[in-house]
Amino acid sequence: MNQMTTQKSPKQAGTQASAPASPDSVTILKEHIVEIISDSGEGAQKCGQSLGSIAAQMGNGIWTVEIIPAEIRPPARSVAGASGNRIRIGSGYITNGGNETDLVVAFNEQVLLGRVRAKELKPGCIIMMESMWRTHADPKIAASYIETHDRLVEAGYKVYEIPMEQECRTLVSDAKRGKNMFALGMLCYLYSLDLRLGVDQIELAFGKKDRSVVDANVRLLEAGHKWAQANLDFRYRIPAVRATEPQIVVNGNTALALGIMASGMEICAMYPITPATSASHYLSEVFENVGGIVHQAEDEIAACAFAVGASYASKCTVTITSGPGYSLKQEAIGLAVMGEIPLVVVNVQRGGPSTGQPTKYEQGDLMTAIFGSHGDAPKVVMAPATIEDCFYSVITARKIAETFNMVVVVLTDAGLATSQQPFPRPMFNESWIAPPVDQSPVPEGAKPYDWDADTGLARRFIPGQPGGMHTLTGLAHDRDSHVAYDAESNQEAIHFRSLKLAALQKTLKAPAVFGDPKGDLLVVGWGSTKGAIEEAVESLRAEGRKVSSMHLQFLQPLPPGIKEIMQRFKKVMTIEGNWSDRPEDKVIDETNRRYSAVATLLRARYLVDVDCWSEVKGQAIKPATIRRVISEKLKQ
Amino acid sequence: MNMMSATECLLQMCDEHFEMEDYQSGVPRWCTGCGDNAILAAVQRLCRDEGLRPEKTVFVSGIGCSSRFPHYMKTYGFHGIHGRALPVAEGVKMARPDLNVFVNTGDGDCCSIGAAHWIHALRYNMNITVFLHDNQIYGLTKKQASPTSPIGTKSNTTPRGSTLEALNPLTVTLGVQNVSFVAQAVDWIPEVLFDIVKAAYRHKGLSFVRIVQRCPEWLPQSLDPWLHDPQKVQLLNHEKGLQFSTGLSKVYKNQFEHDPSNIHRARELASSSDAIPVGILYHNPDVPCYEDLRHTGLLQTADLTRAGLNAELDKYTVWPRKAEAKVA
Repeated sequence: MNQMTTQKSPKQAGTQASAPASPDSVTILKEHIVEIISDSGEGAQKCGQSLGSIAAQMGNGIWTVEIIPAEIRPPARSVAGASGNRIRIGSGYITNGGNETDLVVAFNEQVLLGRVRAKELKPGCIIMMESMWRTHADPKIAASYIETHDRLVEAGYKVYEIPMEQECRTLVSDAKRGKNMFALGMLCYLYSLDLRLGVDQIELAFGKKDRSVVDANVRLLEAGHKWAQANLDFRYRIPAVRATEPQIVVNGNTALALGIMASGMEICAMYPITPATSASHYLSEVFENVGGIVHQAEDEIAACAFAVGASYASKCTVTITSGPGYSLKQEAIGLAVMGEIPLVVVNVQRGGPSTGQPTKYEQGDLMTAIFGSHGDAPKVVMAPATIEDCFYSVITARKIAETFNMVVVVLTDAGLATSQQPFPRPMFNESWIAPPVDQSPVPEGAKPYDWDADTGLARRFIPGQPGGMHTLTGLAHDRDSHVAYDAESNQEAIHFRSLKLAALQKTLKAPAVFGDPKGDLLVVGWGSTKGAIEEAVESLRAEGRKVSSMHLQFLQPLPPGIKEIMQRFKKVMTIEGNWSDRPEDKVIDETNRRYSAVATLLRARYLVDVDCWSEVKGQAIKPATIRRVISEKLKQ
Repeated sequence: MNMMSATECLLQMCDEHFEMEDYQSGVPRWCTGCGDNAILAAVQRLCRDEGLRPEKTVFVSGIGCSSRFPHYMKTYGFHGIHGRALPVAEGVKMARPDLNVFVNTGDGDCCSIGAAHWIHALRYNMNITVFLHDNQIYGLTKKQASPTSPIGTKSNTTPRGSTLEALNPLTVTLGVQNVSFVAQAVDWIPEVLFDIVKAAYRHKGLSFVRIVQRCPEWLPQSLDPWLHDPQKVQLLNHEKGLQFSTGLSKVYKNQFEHDPSNIHRARELASSSDAIPVGILYHNPDVPCYEDLRHTGLLQTADLTRAGLNAELDKYTVWPRKAEAKVA
């Protein structure tokens, strides 16, 4: 028998349910963060994703974050094995994963412990635990459950024990396969979400399978809803205004893959690496529908060399990777820079150095992206800040690569890769796609590197063009693409390759300032931290603090106007997900402190005293953390 | 159907007729007596005889003496980075199956730094002709032992003689699943070298030609025993492979009838240590090419992209439900 020991007055549990909660007991919330966690393979991720989609359909703002263990099958009931999803649901637009969790559904107490220890749960939050372990045949497991339960109650959490297993078993023989839908039904009730949308989700997920699979899952969903209605004494509603325009709900990697499709690139060469691979998985599924090919190369170097070869002979191509793979590609990237071959390189950043934290969030590769590859190898570096940006950045990257015959690096991260956020459905525009490959004869006397004196731009000759025959080389070369060892040729070629960055910079707009154009503090960020930074800035501004923020989409070249923006503030600091030395450490002072990446760049370029704050905890930086950091900086 | 006028026909024939000069670019800077010169001559002749359009032909190379090859061809060329000629060439071929793609790579480039790509290129079996310029030594970096240097080779990195047995490029290639064409040539028999280059080009799939060549600068005498004794060269003839002229057969009497479809025999011949087998060791015209397997035949157009993208977006779209919104 399940024990409903809770702080709030519990109703009788299970089948002995009494009357449902009255409609007036519904609490209206502005937003809530919900987590569903289980052992790997128990379907908590599916449950979470579905909940996110349902909420999005209701018109709520959402941001979902995957909780992924590093191993495919970590041992069952292990603290490090938590797998699931975290959904921030709000009345309005949600730009980031938010702070601590308000409500968590856990399929066992061990995965829950992992989240408690990681301080991911809000003190006193609602915990809904699978209660089957209390009466488990193994006395150790039962004892562990009871101990954890009692401690959580003692610590002030509002713990509800849910007989999920028992309830599911009345409908299906293997509850492991259906508990997630029971949980989804329960959550639909709790958040007053339209259950029919849940049924749609099941249709979407299992529609291709046997009808009986769909029916069984729908029964479980309804059972969860019914059980919650009969047994729980609280209910929430997060009011939402339904969107008037179609929106799409995808994660950053899917958005990237869709962007690649939309950009008109035809070849993607890759090698499997976490957390980039899911973009390639999806692209492998769909790219052929638009005449594209995903080539899984034998290694990261080959993937990049393949992409370089294909770009050289045709349209711009893309290679997708993460940190270690990005390191391996450096020489081939340098070749593309030297030969002036357009190329898009996507680096879905993860924790580094070395193998680091493959599934975790970090912004550690910016310096490598800008300065990587030996010698002077100017590349364009962009960083999408939102899921929507992941889609459009690739299209822009392709265009820049082909206009300037340059390598464009797109830096996303593990956070964006796996988070979902709705954004307006893109309307395809023909100008997004690459023009057909130029096969027209090359005019008499034209040279393969006819660098323009002002911009460094040169038209590239593509195999198949009569009269354009030349040998592209990674060696220093002159305008004829002849190997040149003389001093002047090398000086000239490096000059023009560098000039292209400046030419691009002239076309960029100054970044927008979030908040007043002047004030006490300007917070600078880049990449996926945008939503969290702006949320923190907004909340402090609401309290009258004179803080604004600026987010950089282009990191190389830096757009114009940055210095002027910074000069209108008393202080400037960056907030980044990479390492910076802590000034309070004994050996750290101004002569040896290592600043975060963008702080270093801004200090070097603009001679402005830019401070920084950063952390590398493998998770997105929370708005509350940023709020605290900014408040402290404002006090200094 | 378009009818061509006689003049147009003549003009086109004239346009499609090429001379050796149409493929020659610059004066090769290889050493006198370097085997690379012989390979260049054979390849230029191939281009002329086969009428390869210079603008439709790409020579891809890595780094090393041999990899200067594309600079001496008046075609498109790609002189890339060390060891990566094969993946670059694969990218070219995948993007542009209409181009004739050749790879020039050396024993360091292919069998050492690029060895991983070598194995996989054989497995992909793309329609590319690969020449392994094997002089058994690093030339451009000035005499270091390569994987194919015979054991005991004295070099700057092995001053007391190399300690490892040489890697055999033929047995390696013949051990890879999907291998479709393996031949061996020597630089000092230009007639056979040309025949092999031609057969390699005509094979649809990855043709791997190992060319045993001299390095007059760093290993001047190492191949002398084979040069001086024709018996130490074993010509492989077969009606399905190469057939040799009477003149040649008078000098090279050591001939062996080998059916190139027999991979087991090919492996035995490749492993033999006495005479150098010269000719086609293995040929299987039926192995599918990776580019053919992967190309969908769909031509990328704006309409196709729009349709494909919208079909995907449909899967993730949350449509506004105006009627229900009103009720709410």
